[in-house]
Amino acid sequence: MNAADGARTGARTRRAAIPAGGLALVLLLGCLPLLALTVPGVLPGYTYEPGTLQLLALCWLTASLALSYHLLFGLAGLMSFGHALYFAAGIYGLAIVLDRTDVPLLPAAALVLVGGIVLALCVGAISLRVTGISFAMVTLAFAQAGNVLARRDQFGVTGGEEGLALDTDGVPAGLIGVLNTRNLYWVALAVLVVTYLVVLWVERSRAGHTAAAVRENEVRVRIIGGRPYAVKLVVFVLAATLATLTGMAYLLLQSGASPATSSAEFTLALLVMVVLGGVGSRWGAVVGAVVYTLLDQRLTALASSEAVAGLPAVLRVPLSEPMFLLGTCFILVVLFLPGGLAGAAQRLAARRRGAAPPGGAPGVAEPVEERVTA
Amino acid sequence: MSTLILLLVTGVGLGGLYFLVASGLSLIYGLMGVLNFAHGSFLTLGAFAGLAAAGAVGAGTWGGLLLGLLVGALTGAAAAALTELGLIRPLYNRHIEQVLVTVGLSLATVALFEGIWGPNPRNITGNAWLSDTTELLGARIPNTAFLNILAAALVLGGIVAFLRYTRYGLIIRAGVENRSMVTALGIDVRKAFTLVFAVGGAAAGLGGVLAAQSLNYVSPHMGASLLIFAFIVTVIGGMGSLTGAAVASVVVAVLQQLANSYLNNSGDLIVVLLLALVLLVRPSGLMGRTA
Repeated sequence: MNAADGARTGARTRRAAIPAGGLALVLLLGCLPLLALTVPGVLPGYTYEPGTLQLLALCWLTASLALSYHLLFGLAGLMSFGHALYFAAGIYGLAIVLDRTDVPLLPAAALVLVGGIVLALCVGAISLRVTGISFAMVTLAFAQAGNVLARRDQFGVTGGEEGLALDTDGVPAGLIGVLNTRNLYWVALAVLVVTYLVVLWVERSRAGHTAAAVRENEVRVRIIGGRPYAVKLVVFVLAATLATLTGMAYLLLQSGASPATSSAEFTLALLVMVVLGGVGSRWGAVVGAVVYTLLDQRLTALASSEAVAGLPAVLRVPLSEPMFLLGTCFILVVLFLPGGLAGAAQRLAARRRGAAPPGGAPGVAEPVEERVTA
Repeated sequence: MSTLILLLVTGVGLGGLYFLVASGLSLIYGLMGVLNFAHGSFLTLGAFAGLAAAGAVGAGTWGGLLLGLLVGALTGAAAAALTELGLIRPLYNRHIEQVLVTVGLSLATVALFEGIWGPNPRNITGNAWLSDTTELLGARIPNTAFLNILAAALVLGGIVAFLRYTRYGLIIRAGVENRSMVTALGIDVRKAFTLVFAVGGAAAGLGGVLAAQSLNYVSPHMGASLLIFAFIVTVIGGMGSLTGAAVASVVVAVLQQLANSYLNNSGDLIVVLLLALVLLVRPSGLMGRTA
């Protein structure tokens, strides 16, 4: 247990360093629209250009969504295949409220957020009756029902396969149009920061510690008098609420809702991001989401490039399918890189220090047992 | 009345398709605790391979259909066995990672199929008898429904006979009951894993060819859309229970058909509601063991 003690003091010194570093990073990211930076091959242009800002804002929103999924999967160990439902609830909910009523943006957003919470409470209360793989399938079924509702458009509000365009009447002028992309960029960044802080707060709260304990051993938590069901429901609803919030910002950024965001593939993509970054690590989720979004974007550009079109069919077909390459990467990460990118970084840092890695297996970010008994 | 009979028979036919997918899922989960997301890809691959084989002999002939079914089943079995050997076995007993690998495989293979065969559905030329209907008690029922019911019944009978009367069947049944005990008795249960994957893959491949006949098209996404209902069927029937899967697939499919016809196309929603109801009343499914 000496290693774990070392990790705890280490964590305490790091805890003081991280807010300063994090604040600096957020400030830097916030200044990006005012700077002329570029990373050739990764970004499509300079950071003040609307196209680049749009892509970066998409990265931040995806990262925020991945963080909310991390709360479910990484913290509480709940493998949900229906997280896209709450994201889509945010997108469609806000789009419909703005489309059908004259309510301005902020009250509409509050209304949708409450709607998302109620939805998550109902679905969560039912699906948490089962655990493990059954839970995954039940959440998948509910998300599929949402997807069917959005696609079929039986009540004439979701626009079917076409989706819905954002009705801009209630939206402030500063959030509309290509020229105002940087305002949307700041909104996206703010959403990411809020999500990160909420996730951090949950992880350090009593409920968060109990949730982590439930992930490790649910029976033991019940025996020492905890209430796994209630804690899991709280985490489920919080994660869904964050997803709804992210969805509303996504609607403003993309200025429209499309049924693809409610599909099972979308949730699977979230799972891929979180695992790619490293299950159980907050930064892993953020990095995984940003890497995934950029890869997806770049690989799509690669697929339609002339270099690929000239290749023989054996190489051209796989290279022109971004999802094939991402899926293959994902399989390789699961097979050969346990702990994802965060785990790899941790091992690399440990090797550079030349010392024994501080406490626990790679990939498990927090020394869980310590907190359960405390 | 005739509409009702039509809906009931086509519902049971659709249930046959669900069962072909769900039986493999249920067996694999029961023995290994793995939820196989790549099962839909086995189905799609079986469909494409089976139709290519059928096309080589003559797409509209009986010989072509039979060869197509055989090739579809063999392709599904081979793909499933390879998946088990190459991707599932290295992650022995790490269930979450095994699920993640099958998720990755399903994403990658669907994209690959799209790249090879194009994203849009392709129409197929079916057997003349299959595209016809038969009159039963005043209802004109598509013949594919009968073929699906027959195939599902044969597969159910075959799997039950295999599980009951063969040595490997015994090992699999014992493994579902208590895997560590089987291993402790000195039996290599991993061979049974590959076998179960192959059997499930064969059923899925067969289902793929049959689904293509019923829908009159093949598409890279047909596996994924059937898979979700197969998941629902598996949960309702009780994870790991073959009989449960059979009963649940018929119930789900018939209910879906009835709701689609009488309740304004709401079949998919009704199925999800049924799932919620079953979970509220019996969280372990209709025939699942009580945890």
